[in-house]
Amino acid sequence: MDTNTIVVLLQSTIRVSVPLILTALAGLYAERSGVVDIGLEGKMLAAAFAGAATAAVTGSAITGIGAAMLVSVAFSLVHGYASISQRGDQIVSGTAINFIAAGATVILGQAWFAQGGRTPALSADARLSTYKLPGADAVRDVPVLGPIYSDLLSGHYLLTYFAFAMVPITWWVLYRTRFGLRLRAVGENPGAVDTAGISVVRMRYLAVICGGMLCGLAGAYLSMALANGFVKNMSAGRGFIALAALVFANWKPKNILITCLLFGFLDALSIYSQNADLPIMGSIPDQAIQALPYVLTVILLAGFIGKASPPKASGVPYVKER
Amino acid sequence: MVLLEGRPAFRGLAVEGQRKDPKHQKTGLSKMKKFVLSLLATAAMAAPVLAADAKPAIIYDLGGKFDKSFNEAAFHGAEKFTKETGTKFREFEISNDAQREQALRKFAKDGDNPIVTAGFSWTEAITKVAAEFPKTQFVVIDTVVKAPNVKSIVFKEQEGSYLAGVMAAMAAKSGTVGFVGGMDIPLIHRFACGYAGGVKSVKADAKVLQAYTGSDPSAWNDPVKGGEITKSQISQGADVVYHAAGGTGVGVLQAAADAGKLGIGVDSNQNGLQPGKVLTSMMKRVDVAVYNSFMDGKKGEFKAGVDVLGLKEKGVDVAMDDNNKKLVTPEMEAAVKKAREDIESGKVQVHDYMTDEKCPY
Repeated sequence: MDTNTIVVLLQSTIRVSVPLILTALAGLYAERSGVVDIGLEGKMLAAAFAGAATAAVTGSAITGIGAAMLVSVAFSLVHGYASISQRGDQIVSGTAINFIAAGATVILGQAWFAQGGRTPALSADARLSTYKLPGADAVRDVPVLGPIYSDLLSGHYLLTYFAFAMVPITWWVLYRTRFGLRLRAVGENPGAVDTAGISVVRMRYLAVICGGMLCGLAGAYLSMALANGFVKNMSAGRGFIALAALVFANWKPKNILITCLLFGFLDALSIYSQNADLPIMGSIPDQAIQALPYVLTVILLAGFIGKASPPKASGVPYVKER
Repeated sequence: MVLLEGRPAFRGLAVEGQRKDPKHQKTGLSKMKKFVLSLLATAAMAAPVLAADAKPAIIYDLGGKFDKSFNEAAFHGAEKFTKETGTKFREFEISNDAQREQALRKFAKDGDNPIVTAGFSWTEAITKVAAEFPKTQFVVIDTVVKAPNVKSIVFKEQEGSYLAGVMAAMAAKSGTVGFVGGMDIPLIHRFACGYAGGVKSVKADAKVLQAYTGSDPSAWNDPVKGGEITKSQISQGADVVYHAAGGTGVGVLQAAADAGKLGIGVDSNQNGLQPGKVLTSMMKRVDVAVYNSFMDGKKGEFKAGVDVLGLKEKGVDVAMDDNNKKLVTPEMEAAVKKAREDIESGKVQVHDYMTDEKCPY
């Protein structure tokens, strides 16, 4: 396996990990505040649709991203209203969001564009464009480091760089700011936070809104960067993989980055292995590689590797007085 | 069409629900709840409860009516029939496997005739329902069901794919071409195998990269993964990428065009999806199959049995139009013509993967 192959594999890894990273971070905000969010898949799908539809109509990528985030946040607020204000079952509310998104996107898409739930292909302006790092062309011929800089690090979408930057930013927000401390506390022991005079409901709403925005970006990335328009059910389970990544990463930002890159790498590997034999492993059925993220997560949850320790109050609606 | 017809149906359901259950009429809220519930119920069953007189009917597969591919071709055939005869047709898009039998039975009960189903996943449902309604004529496309009232139409995709392969090999300067399949099933391998055969007939040492999107039906609707596979194949040297992947293929053609390479479309004429960047499309004349079935039904000439449509029967072909005019060289055209003649005359036998699940190329 030469440098070029490795670079190609890693490039692909980065491309497919971005939606996972953004979505897993979205889940992190919500779950750290004590709101379980299995509606990630649905929000990403709805955002992908809103982004592509808006960008197709207005011809502007920025407006598309804005619409994607707006719709995703709106869904988050619905989830918030059901599970924070009304203290409903968070799993049920999340599942409902997944179903609504799957159905509504196709119905609205069909009603607006009459292309079977598909949005029209985006023009170049309406699509996110890639960004070349300074000096990428100049150093391309430097051995080893050249291709790494100019092919692997350069030439991605701005959203890609943003997604990677969000990991340390999220860590800093969660562990170094007052907001983060309160957010984590609300997820562990909301009673204590309430006693300290901080509104649990407000904190949780803020958390799901943060999650909504990140999920919106993930959706926009799918339909406006990786693909060129919306196709029904295009999120294809990525929200659930992100959820698995969140669990596997033990609800920690740094681990999320590593896990998402690992899951992304497995995806890239399964594609690559279909076309060429892998070194050492030879040819393995790609289905086996595709199933690995789920298998690993189940093994983790079963307690074989490490221990999953979710936020203590996660999934429990907060009732002020008993 | 489905949506429009569906609307009065669920309105009816909601009203019915209120009438039957007077308790729920007390408050606006419970009425609302009831309405939402019945909405959900309708959505869940996506009930084909459409009152209608007997008509020819078509039921699409999971890819959906406007997949720019297989199902859309079926729709166009049905549409052509209506345009020419004035006879309307009924249609339904299933959204999950459980609806197959339900929809078939509903249409058969309403007396619709003939009922055409598009897609290889219909085998079981047709076998069952055809036995229950022996007087109804069923047509199934892409799979074979043996019953006295079922006509099966299958295509020799390997022959059309062979022509596509000939063109791909001539267009690919690198000597490497790619193939992206949707779901990993024998039918799609048939495309891949014919394609490989065509490629190798031009360049015996050419490399054909093959990859499949997945092993469940979501593989037909994942343009992101399709694009990712295409990028991977291009990075391994592929100059032309052929897809047989339904909605996923949109991503394949997009990724190929983005990279300045060529794609090859499938089922419908997809040359216009990325004008000047799609070498050709392997057209499967599903539209012709549907049109003929409806016509036979109307004229009362329905015959059960198996129809195999190949190049000779004009069931498959490669698309040539203004969008790909500049890409097709005279040599390419000549090579395609020759290959076509050889296949039609039987001089070249394109291997059918489904006969032995092996590809000799």
